[in-house]
Amino acid sequence: MPEGLTTPSISAEDRERLKQSGIELSMINRCGSYMQMNQDVLHATCAAKGVEVLSIADALERYDWLKDYSWRVIPKDRDQYTQAVADQKSPRGYVIIGRKGTKNILPVQACLYLGREQIQYVHNIIIAEEGAELHIVSGCASGRHVGKGGAHYGISEFYVKRNAKISFTMIHTWGEEIEVYPRSASIVEEGGTFLSNYVCMQPVKKVQMYPTANLNGKNAVARFSSIVIGTQGSILDIGSRAILGAEGASAELITRAITRGGTIMSRGDIQGKSHGTKGHLECKGLILRDGIIHAIPEIKGTVVGTELSHEAAVGKIAQEEIEYLMARGLSEDEATATIIRGFLDVRIAGLPEVLQKQIDAAIDTAEKGF
Amino acid sequence: MLEITDLHVTVGEKEILHDINLRIGNGETHVLMGPNGSGKTSLLMAIMGFSGYLVTQGEIVYNGKDITGLPVNERAKAGMGLMFQRPPTVGGLKLGKLLEVTSGGTREAVAEQAKEMNMLPFLGRDINKGFSGGEIKRSEILQLMVQQPDFVMLDEPESGVDLENISLIGGAIGRLLEKDKHIVNRRKSGLIITHTGFILDYVDANVGHMMCDGVIKCRGNPREMLKEIKERGYRECMECRKV
Repeated sequence: MPEGLTTPSISAEDRERLKQSGIELSMINRCGSYMQMNQDVLHATCAAKGVEVLSIADALERYDWLKDYSWRVIPKDRDQYTQAVADQKSPRGYVIIGRKGTKNILPVQACLYLGREQIQYVHNIIIAEEGAELHIVSGCASGRHVGKGGAHYGISEFYVKRNAKISFTMIHTWGEEIEVYPRSASIVEEGGTFLSNYVCMQPVKKVQMYPTANLNGKNAVARFSSIVIGTQGSILDIGSRAILGAEGASAELITRAITRGGTIMSRGDIQGKSHGTKGHLECKGLILRDGIIHAIPEIKGTVVGTELSHEAAVGKIAQEEIEYLMARGLSEDEATATIIRGFLDVRIAGLPEVLQKQIDAAIDTAEKGF
Repeated sequence: MLEITDLHVTVGEKEILHDINLRIGNGETHVLMGPNGSGKTSLLMAIMGFSGYLVTQGEIVYNGKDITGLPVNERAKAGMGLMFQRPPTVGGLKLGKLLEVTSGGTREAVAEQAKEMNMLPFLGRDINKGFSGGEIKRSEILQLMVQQPDFVMLDEPESGVDLENISLIGGAIGRLLEKDKHIVNRRKSGLIITHTGFILDYVDANVGHMMCDGVIKCRGNPREMLKEIKERGYRECMECRKV
């Protein structure tokens, strides 16, 4: 096991927040780690053979070929946030490379920590070479003391080569005044799998993102799973898009959204552009207390032989279900919490147990407040 | 154990149960018969205290205590249990998870009981989602086995159950009602809705009640009453004015 990490400038309380976001400073069950505090790279390290974790500055210096992957799937001028990251004189962020054929079940953790009122600019590149398997848990958090404002602009480019697999689990623990603009896109080659999981159970001012998976290779697979809670005053504008561009490509986009006073936009878009492709989009929302859930599922087929479907539902917990559990002896509050926990329970096919548990733990922490 | 006096129940705007009187002693099992839509399920739901079933008159006394105004979970805690005829699907909530919660975390005992009811493969599935009629019954019985109520209400336990499973369910219900104990030591009581009377092969019922149009028309020996229904149908019961 790699050695534990020392980060003297983080308070015990904020360490707990990082833990909620999936960041293990002890390095238990982690194979590598990248940590960025504000704009300072604290470390980039990996003990596993065949997996490299580097800061983007080091990586671009070390590997000349990497520039072909930089700003390739996301153009610099995509929007003002992307441009702002591209304009940084000294880029920050990480590069994770899974070398050809490397199978690594223990995840690499990437911690993006905001400790001051400022904008954090991040540019990440993740590459799984042919046949490689990479799992990443990205914990994004801000310190409890971050008061007024602060923002995170994060660009992530994913390249899943032939028969490779990347799972990317992002757990957000921001503060009520933080704005977050992740921009991510992936290219998935033949036989490749891309899993993108997003969990946001804690208050945040605004999150806006619309990650895209370009399934360019035959039989490529993408699965997006989002589990979000909108608390009072939060705006979560969350989308995901899969472009089925090659024969046999398939995608599944699943969202579970709960609002307790927040606004949630749940967008989804699947484009069937090739024969023999399949896509399914599912958004289920619960309005517990005020708030808005606006589901906007889109499916667009442009060839014969693509099969696309979507289902979206927004509602409340049925009284009948609550009383069913009460008839087994649970109080109304216990019954409600049990039903909500079940609602949020999304089992993600192909995700290692350690990451599924991490997601479960993030939900369990939030459950106490239901 | 249970004493219902002059009970009137309204669902929506309409009174559907009128002047119900029912007394079930310790260790007794009663069966409730009657045509579809006569109010049998409504009576069970009202006894359990579901919000859609408003008691406008009368009282329900359980073990000497008036429970007419108690919430559903308080009644369950007091020892009442209900096997639903059509329980709702609770998306995402695993049967095993619920049993873990209701049993207070005794996983091994739950697994043992699930095995007994052939329900082990269902513990990881969403409650009632895609369950067949018979699977729902087994799941409901399993939940009651974990809950161990003193007063057991069963709503058509036999409907939708195949022949292979009927003895499994019948036997389990017998144990829920302590039919394996000597009559002197039997404390648990039951109220069972049945159309076929199959349950009488597993549970000796003491009294049968005939319900029509929200009224209990008569009571008597359950086997004799069922025999009459099989031979003559419900028509005469419905027209009966002897109440």
